[in-house]
Amino acid sequence: MSHHAAFTNALLAPDQPCPGVLFSSNGADPASRFAVYRNNVHSSLISALSTAYPVTLQLVGDEFFRAMAGLFVQTCPPTSPLINEYGSAFAAFIQDFEPAASVPYLADVARFERLRVRAYHAADSQPLDQQAILQALQGQTDLGKLSLRLHPSLATLNSSYAVVAVWAAHQTEGAVATLNPRHAQSALVLRQGLAVKVFAIDRGSVAFIDSLNQGIQLEMAVEKALQASAEFDLHQCLTLLIGHDAITHLHSEQKVLP
Amino acid sequence: MMTLFPQHTVSPAQVPGLPHRAGLGLKNEHFIEVLETLPDIGFFEVHAENYMVDGGPFHHYLGLIREQYPLSLHGVGLSIGGEGPLNREHLARLATLIERYQPQSFSEHLAWSSHGPVFLNDLLPLAYDAATLDRVCAHIDQVQSTLKRPMLLENPSTYLQFQHSTLDETDFISAIIRRTGCGLLLDVNNVYVSCINHQRDPLSYIDALPLSAVGEIHLAGFAEDTDSLGDRLLIDDHGAPIDNAVWQLYEQVLTRTGPVATLIERDNQVPAFRVLHAEAQQADGYLSQVNV
Repeated sequence: MSHHAAFTNALLAPDQPCPGVLFSSNGADPASRFAVYRNNVHSSLISALSTAYPVTLQLVGDEFFRAMAGLFVQTCPPTSPLINEYGSAFAAFIQDFEPAASVPYLADVARFERLRVRAYHAADSQPLDQQAILQALQGQTDLGKLSLRLHPSLATLNSSYAVVAVWAAHQTEGAVATLNPRHAQSALVLRQGLAVKVFAIDRGSVAFIDSLNQGIQLEMAVEKALQASAEFDLHQCLTLLIGHDAITHLHSEQKVLP
Repeated sequence: MMTLFPQHTVSPAQVPGLPHRAGLGLKNEHFIEVLETLPDIGFFEVHAENYMVDGGPFHHYLGLIREQYPLSLHGVGLSIGGEGPLNREHLARLATLIERYQPQSFSEHLAWSSHGPVFLNDLLPLAYDAATLDRVCAHIDQVQSTLKRPMLLENPSTYLQFQHSTLDETDFISAIIRRTGCGLLLDVNNVYVSCINHQRDPLSYIDALPLSAVGEIHLAGFAEDTDSLGDRLLIDDHGAPIDNAVWQLYEQVLTRTGPVATLIERDNQVPAFRVLHAEAQQADGYLSQVNV
């Protein structure tokens, strides 16, 4: 095994002895100094997760979160120097982490917080002018054949729990007590200008937005939305998207805007 | 009416190299304050990896701040000392960032942080032997030819040594600089931390380096622990004010190097901007003394 391989293994597994090729110039036990490196690795990665998952942390408390994140670090260390992206597999880890089973919505809150980080750093894309969209929609003879391209920050999540309400309740101090998390809620995350915004939406809107993101034309996207929820309200959903600068391109078969 | 001749003054943000002033690490919590108050700071430094994102507030604010200040781009993830080849994708991302922001300086560390697929998010120590020297020099050659500019290499803070090291750290660094033509980012806090940890004299360590290659200085705070013998073990944590011993060493460095761009680093327990600004002013004070 190479020196760096041995070093890496010993850093990630706390029960491994420190590599034998190391020494301290004062004769101190190398393990007592190797602990600094091991602590740097673990605490910096746990801190990165704490920053990316603040409500997940609040739901279980600092001590529990750090222990859970520490096990995640050992199982799934980063595979890229881009620490902004670290933790993509954290929600799936939480889902299977039995000690967290008493907070059944924890994994979905983590999924939701990951979408917020992604939206924050997502590519910039100039939205279409709101008036221009309305005019284009009104002047369109074959509305159903229209394709909309959405801002790169847009993402949705279907949850069996009130994931948006749980998250929102943790944005202000105090009063969380009355919240019942055990009802299904879907989420929309987007960035308008520099600000990440979140909305509770219905499953029909999720199907509609996901369809548009796949390049599906308006008519078929509405059909998919109505299959997901008979209560889907196209006007309301479009108003939400237009009002938050989420539409960046409109394509009909003849012309493209912009 | 008098006509004024157009004045062709160079904006401070466009100077060719980092000014011989104190600079600060740019923290996202200070973006708006910096833009609103435009403090008198020599330059800002950012960690390259934080800006390897597609869009959003980080690029928005860095773009605006870059219009006003010189910039140092400091990498923390290239793993120049790694046993395997450099991550070409990462190097390409660095080239893109450099193209976008045209920083006055690019620097990285004498350390490794990746092995195989795993990135460890720490600056890990190297054995100082001939094979490692060849590898590090080849990696630095590759960085400099890809980025089409010389880089600065930062001396590490370390807690342990390798039994198979055959060179002193200072000889190892000197050989890299001689062979690759890169510059030295002299981290005075790292010198102090490593010298206390390895029972060396910080000034003789500094005197053993090719000081004419110094292109930037770093100053930071350390944490203090003890090892199994109860001896002082200093930890480079960038989480405290600069220690008096490090300020004193800095003053002695400046008498040897003359004025050099000096960065105040603080990455943990980041205080209010004015606290960091005061440390920058203190460094500017030392710099103006050697300017005379």
